[in-house]
Amino acid sequence: MTIVTPPPAPASTPALARPPDMTPSSWRTRLILYVPYAWLAAFFLLPFLIVLKLSLSQTELAQPPYSPLFDLSAGFAGLKTFVTGLSLANYAALFSDPIYVLSYLKSLEIAILATAMLLLVGYPIAYGIARASARWQPILIMLVILPFWTSFLIRVYAWINILQHDGLLNRALLALGIVRAPLVWLSTDTAIYIGLVYSYLPFMVLPLYASLQTMDETLLEAAADLGCPRWKAFWSVTFPLSLPGVGAGVLLCFIPVVGEFVVPDLLGGSETMMIGQTLWTEFFANKDWPIASTIAVVLLALLVVPTLLYERLQTRQIERGG
Amino acid sequence: MAMRQGFAPRAVPGTTPLVRFDAVSKRFGAVPAVDRLSLDIYDREFFALLGPSGCGKTTLLRLLAGFEVPDDGRILLGAEDLASVPPYRRPTNMMFQSYALFPHLTVAGNIAFGLKQDGLAKAELAARVEEMLALVKLQDCATRKPHQLSGGQRQRVALARSLAKRPKVLLLDEPLAALDRKLREETQYELIELQARLGTTFVIVTHDQEEAMTVAHRIGVMDQGRLVQVAAPAQIYEQPASRWVAQFIGDVNVFEGRVVSADEAGIVVAGAGRRFRLAARDDVSPGAHVWIALRPEKIDMSAIAPIETQDNCAEGRVSEIGYLGNVSMYKVRLDDGTEIKVSVANRTSVLERAIGRDDRVWLSWTNAAGVLLTR
Repeated sequence: MTIVTPPPAPASTPALARPPDMTPSSWRTRLILYVPYAWLAAFFLLPFLIVLKLSLSQTELAQPPYSPLFDLSAGFAGLKTFVTGLSLANYAALFSDPIYVLSYLKSLEIAILATAMLLLVGYPIAYGIARASARWQPILIMLVILPFWTSFLIRVYAWINILQHDGLLNRALLALGIVRAPLVWLSTDTAIYIGLVYSYLPFMVLPLYASLQTMDETLLEAAADLGCPRWKAFWSVTFPLSLPGVGAGVLLCFIPVVGEFVVPDLLGGSETMMIGQTLWTEFFANKDWPIASTIAVVLLALLVVPTLLYERLQTRQIERGG
Repeated sequence: MAMRQGFAPRAVPGTTPLVRFDAVSKRFGAVPAVDRLSLDIYDREFFALLGPSGCGKTTLLRLLAGFEVPDDGRILLGAEDLASVPPYRRPTNMMFQSYALFPHLTVAGNIAFGLKQDGLAKAELAARVEEMLALVKLQDCATRKPHQLSGGQRQRVALARSLAKRPKVLLLDEPLAALDRKLREETQYELIELQARLGTTFVIVTHDQEEAMTVAHRIGVMDQGRLVQVAAPAQIYEQPASRWVAQFIGDVNVFEGRVVSADEAGIVVAGAGRRFRLAARDDVSPGAHVWIALRPEKIDMSAIAPIETQDNCAEGRVSEIGYLGNVSMYKVRLDDGTEIKVSVANRTSVLERAIGRDDRVWLSWTNAAGVLLTR
């Protein structure tokens, strides 16, 4: 109820008279934008340019082990020798030798399969956590993140203990009477998959959880109300709405798994060479920096495609207002 | 009491109700949300469940939809006990307060969702979606996603979606709460028109008494999980069953007193230092402890003393004036400190108001104005 009184005179606001782009806050906004750009330029773009330059160089038995070098003292002539010294020969070599192509294909195969397994294992976990009571959710998420408290390398070494001939897994299987003789786990592709699924599970579970957790529970009630049983509602409502999380999880796992080195090196067999291992061998064993750099550049190009796909997915999602 | 036909409930005595709640109870932990509640809702009825937040009205609606399972009692739809019928097989559809539109589907996709579950043939499905879009005047928005719509349009999509399957009972959970006042009033009349045209039984849950009074044939007033009164809107306002109902619906002045005499000529109640005369009733006897509810708009206010200053009147001083546009609400403080609310229609401009603050006034009312309440 309003008692009749004259309304107070509106307070004058001189601050609003100033044009917005003259305010000091816009300078601050711009500065905040430049800091991450500077960071990306210094720690991503510059190293990449160095690697790109290396990939166009030739290997030399020298220190540093490649040529051409840019001789600053020679001035313009030095620049000319430098530029003419660059060549695409390494890229040609990469595609002429089947060892590299096979290594790339093997990496993609393992990454695709491992990502599919991660999705199959991670989705039910994320779904379960998102549907758990509000009291349990932080505890369960904590448990998913808990392995990060121990070094990744140590955890992979621990898997060697589990998977080796007289390891935990074989002893458990023998004790339970599932197998009569110990199975070979270590140095197989199975071990690589176990290691990858174990290592990358949090990266799959967390984005999936984030998208499932924000989903409005009444949508499922609405689906049920409209005649859709619970299991059917999963495929017609829950899953489509979690697709952004699926996309994020798949790329967060797929991209690093393609270039994975530690898991295949420690758990895999010598006949399986993922591209990360090939790169390591070229760089450290063969001391062929240019070809190693070429492998890295091509790997990056391969990974840019799924990344751009993900970007487009995200833009679409933002347009959808989700 | 005589009712205008238009306001009479469509409940026909002797017919079986469409929905029957039979001593239904639902507890959340130790708190009873619905407490041994029985209620009949009839075919073609527009029924409103009205009550303050937390009174159990939404729980009652969710029990009918099947989202909650009663701890006790039965819910019947026609002759069928709904206990073993899951929500997705009930012939009821709900319009949710949040609308709960599927964000990944278009307007047409949302409306078609329920029809697809029934496995409707493609041509029939398209025709029904078209019909529903026309019903809520959204033909131009069929391919849009919910986030591209205004609040009012979203509300219409939700309504169309819940009507698409032609439910026996449409459940509306605070359907207009998110709309602004003007749109809400318009939509209320559209709902009335829609319900009359389709003949579907509507059950609406609302905390807004004006909304319930506007749209419903009958209102069930709820408090603490129980129905306090089930009646037509006019009856609830004019003949509230208790002080609680009188105070919940609209503004009211309540006086406590004792019955002095009760005969064919009328009832006389003494209390708060004055006497009230009321129309005759045969269910009260002298000595009974009663309350009198007096609506602010049923009190006359004048600067001049009435001819008869014995009963049904009071003298006091204007302590506050609230200007509401169409009416002004006066608070009159009597000499004994009692405050009485009086509403006066602003037929002329308030600027030439005859009675102002601190003026001495006389209040008077007729024998028919007060309502005698025994609880």
